Amino acid sequence: MATSATVHSHAAPQGFIRKYIFSLDHKVIGLQYYFLALVAVFVGMFLSVLMRFHMIWPTAVLPIIGEIKPETYLSLLTMHGTIMVFFVLTTAPQGGFGNYFLPIQIGAPDMAFPVLNMLSFWTTFVAFVVILAAFFVTGGAPLHGWTGYAPLSALTNSGPGEQLGADLWITSIAIFCIASLMGALNFITTTLDLRAKGMTMMRMPLTVWAWFVTAILGLLAFGVLLSAGILLLLDRNLGTSFYIPLVVVNGQVMGHKGGSPLLWQHLFWFFGHPEVYIAILPGMGVASQLLSTFSRKPIFGYKAMVYAIMAIGFLGFMVWGHHMFMSGMSPYTAFAFSLMTMAIGVPSAIKTFNWLGTIHGGRVRFQTPMLFAIGFVSLFVSGGLSGPFLAQPVLDIPLHDTAFVVGHFHLIMGVAAIFGMFAGTYYWFPKMFGRMMNETWGRVHFVITLIGTYCIFMPMHYLGMAGQPRRYSQFTELTYLHHLIPLNEFMTYAAFITVAAQFIFVANLFWSMFKGPKASDNPWEATTLEWTTATPPPHDNFGGHTPVVNHGPYEYSVPGAPRDYVMQTDPPTVASH
Amino acid sequence: MVTFSSPVSIDVPKTGQGGGGTRPPAYCGGGDGPGDGSPDYGQRLRRVRLGLAIGLTSVTMIFVSLTSAYVVRRGLPTLDERTNKYVRDWIPVDLPTTLLLVNTALLLVSSITAELARRQIARQAALAPLRSIPGVSLGEDNGFPWLSITVVLGGGFLAGQWMAWRELADRGFYIATSASSSFVYLLTATHAVHLAGGILVLLYAVAVSLLHKPVEERRIVVDVTAWYWHFMFLLWLYIFGLVWFIR
Amino acid sequence: MGLALLGIIWLITLVSTYFFAAKTWWLPHGASLATAGIDHQFAVTYLLMGIVFVAAQGALGLFVWQYRDRGTASKVTYTHGNTTMEAVWTALTAILFIGLNLMGSPIWAAERFAPAQAGSVPVEVTGMQFAWYFRYPGADGKYGRTDPKLMDPSAGNEAAIGLDTSDPASKDDVVTGTMYVPVNREIDLTERAVDVIHSFFVPQMRFKQDAVPGLIIHMHFTPTEIGEYEIACAELCGLGHYKMHGMLHVVSQEDFDKWLATREAEK
Repeated sequence: MATSATVHSHAAPQGFIRKYIFSLDHKVIGLQYYFLALVAVFVGMFLSVLMRFHMIWPTAVLPIIGEIKPETYLSLLTMHGTIMVFFVLTTAPQGGFGNYFLPIQIGAPDMAFPVLNMLSFWTTFVAFVVILAAFFVTGGAPLHGWTGYAPLSALTNSGPGEQLGADLWITSIAIFCIASLMGALNFITTTLDLRAKGMTMMRMPLTVWAWFVTAILGLLAFGVLLSAGILLLLDRNLGTSFYIPLVVVNGQVMGHKGGSPLLWQHLFWFFGHPEVYIAILPGMGVASQLLSTFSRKPIFGYKAMVYAIMAIGFLGFMVWGHHMFMSGMSPYTAFAFSLMTMAIGVPSAIKTFNWLGTIHGGRVRFQTPMLFAIGFVSLFVSGGLSGPFLAQPVLDIPLHDTAFVVGHFHLIMGVAAIFGMFAGTYYWFPKMFGRMMNETWGRVHFVITLIGTYCIFMPMHYLGMAGQPRRYSQFTELTYLHHLIPLNEFMTYAAFITVAAQFIFVANLFWSMFKGPKASDNPWEATTLEWTTATPPPHDNFGGHTPVVNHGPYEYSVPGAPRDYVMQTDPPTVASH
Repeated sequence: MVTFSSPVSIDVPKTGQGGGGTRPPAYCGGGDGPGDGSPDYGQRLRRVRLGLAIGLTSVTMIFVSLTSAYVVRRGLPTLDERTNKYVRDWIPVDLPTTLLLVNTALLLVSSITAELARRQIARQAALAPLRSIPGVSLGEDNGFPWLSITVVLGGGFLAGQWMAWRELADRGFYIATSASSSFVYLLTATHAVHLAGGILVLLYAVAVSLLHKPVEERRIVVDVTAWYWHFMFLLWLYIFGLVWFIR
Repeated sequence: MGLALLGIIWLITLVSTYFFAAKTWWLPHGASLATAGIDHQFAVTYLLMGIVFVAAQGALGLFVWQYRDRGTASKVTYTHGNTTMEAVWTALTAILFIGLNLMGSPIWAAERFAPAQAGSVPVEVTGMQFAWYFRYPGADGKYGRTDPKLMDPSAGNEAAIGLDTSDPASKDDVVTGTMYVPVNREIDLTERAVDVIHSFFVPQMRFKQDAVPGLIIHMHFTPTEIGEYEIACAELCGLGHYKMHGMLHVVSQEDFDKWLATREAEK
């Protein structure tokens, strides 16, 4: 049971350093994570703009940047993927919103271990600095892709950027692993031990369930990535041969023997697959939350949603081999992994049906948060349905390592998950900053981004079927790719427009922080605990008193209730389930 | 099905203060603690132990992945590029067993002393409330320095591991000599790093005991560190067993 | 706004589906025995997923408009769900997904579980930064010894793969930079990689297999149409990945024999 005193029995901190730099307050730390991710996403977007530009005009000379050589393109690609996956998708939804709202939504005054929380943010920050440093060292950033397959990533002479740049990349990821493990520990302990009276597990909002299961995934997966990275550093710097068999680079026999490139793939993907669920589960939680709130209707099938989250988490550890169907792995093993992969499609489908079921029979309000939640569902459907193609090894033969895969994971991670973050931003902005974001510009942002991202990523499926391989810096060398260049050009223009529209969001965000209309404590008429407290919440979240929970999280339009929402802390006499 | 229609318009939002919260004073133990305004150390101890258990799961995963890599590599035939045949190239490492057994004994004793330190401070924490009763005297509080002894023994273990690596090198097994030697160094070094972390926390616990913080607070630090220390011992047994029996 | 959302979602669905249905950009024409099975499985998956795609997006668009807040006219159905429906659609989804997978499994088994049949044409494919080399074992049917120490990419085909010319079995080995195979015969591929992972990908053969250093990987395929087919590298292998390509020539049996004989004579 949470009590103020058990967590921290001291008054709010004074002084700029304690209040804003090394704050122990989960709300400040959440904002720190969020703004780190915001910087990272603009870096990542800039890299992708350069990439799309180069694909169409490979010989162009840009101002300041100059000519983008093929190896530079690959560095851009590597850093784009790494920065987006780690410093955006694993940072903002969990570290950002999770940190800010998990304690409040369960009625706690802070996370279980505030000092650890502060350390985990600053460790993440250090990791970000280290990876950016890779751009500036001799040889530049590595070119081996965010997946870093050995021996390409394990040999220092396999290409430019594979010396210090690659070591910095691995080091940054290792530091990030440690930061994530610290965060996971905090999230899990907090969820298990700090819930307020009446906040049973089955009364927790689905956002909390999502953050909780995501933390468990992180706890079990990041250690494996750390191991993989250590072995890679040893191969690169101490001459070991974990991943490198006897190889000859440019006529020179290297001093390794006996290693297995597939070992890297197994270790990496054992982490890598749960990682993509880490990226999407919080967004699913936010979508559930918003669809219910803005349809004025309980989430359809709360229990099923909880079991689905757990099933996705559990099965997520059993499917990693579907990234390796073409790798030389045993075809029998491939068959086993493919069955598990088809199985994991089932809980995802359940969630989609339940989202549709939530809207059905409701009365939908179209504020910006809801628009992005609806967009999330559409994008999740689109991105998810290309999964069953790739899950079948026999169809993976033509599709593996083509643009089809890139389209699949971008629609889910690169758009749906981002829509989850946008939705969370527009939704929780009033609570965090005490003001409302501008609705009109929110709608403009939504429409351009939804259409724009579909224009960029849906065509990738066509390109993949036509045989366009991924990670090609240009399509001039293979004749059968020439007829695909016009479609690629269309996607590049769509990318320019869509990226430009994100500045609308940023402008709205910062302008509204200072000039937006003041928000009430509960502008969306929502039921969960963060809306019971002041805007912004006081230092200990509930102003000195501990909430007592009497209702579930989605009691909207309860027959017989005085208004169309019953807050979780409303007296038990108000009818609900 | 009963339906509900509401006349509430979004432009007149109501504040969300539900009436369900109780209003005890800020530092109350919420019914679980002493109820006299002091923090609930029992709850805090359980929470920190829970955090440790969760954290140790992630450490376990590191060693699970290293174990899996070890076992698979040991059984994996590798391609001889010249004959184009797959051959077994696993060379069992000539481990300095005696030295490693001595180190194991050191760590075992240190686990015992850590446990004695843990129980000692638990007793002191249990007796702490009595000290505030006027007229009660429990005598001096200078217990045997079990904690400091644990630190010394832990340092001894690390020194012994260093000697073991030197001995391995003397026998011709460096980190890159063979796949087997790479794993031996990797597994023992990863353990040593985690143990060194434990020593740092032990040093912090020793330092904190000199700083006159409340004994209940110090007790939490020592308790959790001692459990971590036991885990490090068991982990060492596991690693030693792994590289010894699965050579 | 509800109507606008319906319009946008349905429009996106319509446009996407149109380009899928019209096959504007599609799998290239298949010219191998595997094509029929793979393309059929592809078509079934695509049809079923397409139906789900249209239904789900259609329902989403419809619902957000149909259940928009219309003030007092809107009545909300308060419900926490329907367990029967959950059970039904869970079961249906599981049957659909697992069924699809089991349908495609025999094709996978045929492609990958069994080795090449006797009498197939052996070709060794070696990938290195940034070229493909092909070796034919010649009349003795045996590949000669290769030695990493003898590898010298700058000195031509045989030196690039490190062929040990002192080995008698190497005498009749033919090493080329282009791949020739006879039509309608099973090709027994032996894939190797010298430095990093590459991937031998011929879209029109519906064939892909990673070439991994430290592994000798056997795969097979059967070309069924004479023609020239581009080989792409499908695993990131360095700065030259985009231009690491080869050419597969599928010719008649006589043309193949003639070509091979000419190469033998050149040695």
